[in-house]
Amino acid sequence: MALIQLNNNLPGILGLMAYQSETTGHLQELTNALLWEDNSLSRGERELIAAYTSWLNECIFCLKSHGTSAMHYMKCDETFMESVRKDYKKSKLSPKMKSLLAIAAAVHKSGQSVTQDQFGEARKKGASDNEIHDTILIAAAFSMFNRYVDGLATNLPADDSFYAQSTAMIEAHGYSRKAGMMDK
Amino acid sequence: MPYIPLEDHLPGITGLLEYRKDTAAPIRELTQILLRGESTLTEGERELIATIVSHRNSCRFCTAAHTAAADILLGETESTAQVKADHHSAPLSEKMKCLLTIAAQTQESGKAVTTQAVQEAKDAGATDLEIHDTVLIAALFCLYNRYVDGLATVAPSDPGFYEGLGKRLKDNGYNRLPQGYDHLKK
Repeated sequence: MALIQLNNNLPGILGLMAYQSETTGHLQELTNALLWEDNSLSRGERELIAAYTSWLNECIFCLKSHGTSAMHYMKCDETFMESVRKDYKKSKLSPKMKSLLAIAAAVHKSGQSVTQDQFGEARKKGASDNEIHDTILIAAAFSMFNRYVDGLATNLPADDSFYAQSTAMIEAHGYSRKAGMMDK
Repeated sequence: MPYIPLEDHLPGITGLLEYRKDTAAPIRELTQILLRGESTLTEGERELIATIVSHRNSCRFCTAAHTAAADILLGETESTAQVKADHHSAPLSEKMKCLLTIAAQTQESGKAVTTQAVQEAKDAGATDLEIHDTVLIAALFCLYNRYVDGLATVAPSDPGFYEGLGKRLKDNGYNRLPQGYDHLKK
């Protein structure tokens, strides 16, 4: 049960967004710019960074939401996701993605944990400055979203089919859709 | 030295917000609403939430910037000093101390926020919206602190820099300056 009276039954961040509509639009716009708009990192790669950060923060709602989107865009299954969570270095991800996940994992801990060496490694594996910047900002943004969702103890959806429906809606409309659309 | 090329005259967060403007816009607007929008918490109280989280994340730039802004808004420096040392002994209302406890728990992790801390805040008179805003401000500064330090931006050592920045945050809030930042070039 949420720690404050949200006056709605929507799960996770959706319950918070319906509760506080003033901040919602900006949170959606930020997510849309980071995860949905055109970028040299694919949508799947960016969703994976979001899912991995959420997993490190043990935020179930965000992990399942973005994990489902990552699997959808990357056309991979739960076994693959499990291999990434267990040890992404041994997974079948590209060397570039592995170097970016190392940076995301550092950001999850703290800003100071990111090292010059991790940067050098990512550049060596072909990551551009913009891609490294975006990896850091996605991991930092999910350090915010995960805390927002769990800090207020939001509900999980009653049924896990929610996540696939949510992914389909986001793929079609982006993250900046009007608040309240999900409860229709 | 920042890990990516940023403008020399824009240390800390400002250079990052100018580097990527499409993500900067919603971050700025969110901050402006949370820290300067209409609220039953004063602007100074909300700057204290930003200060305690930045301090606990060891983010030098953000801690100094929001300490300066809070000092100017509160008209004293004891509160920020105490909030960083031990917020329970700060010269603040019981409600504000409870909210700072929730902010400190949020800094640790979303899962670290306790039902008890929230109940104590409610008992001390905090509204649901004040608790919501405290958690979201604390979470937002977990973003900022990681963004600023993750890209190794510069934190000037001159205290005068932060006095100027604190004044700018009081007078202009978090909106991008309409004329940009070229006037800050030396």
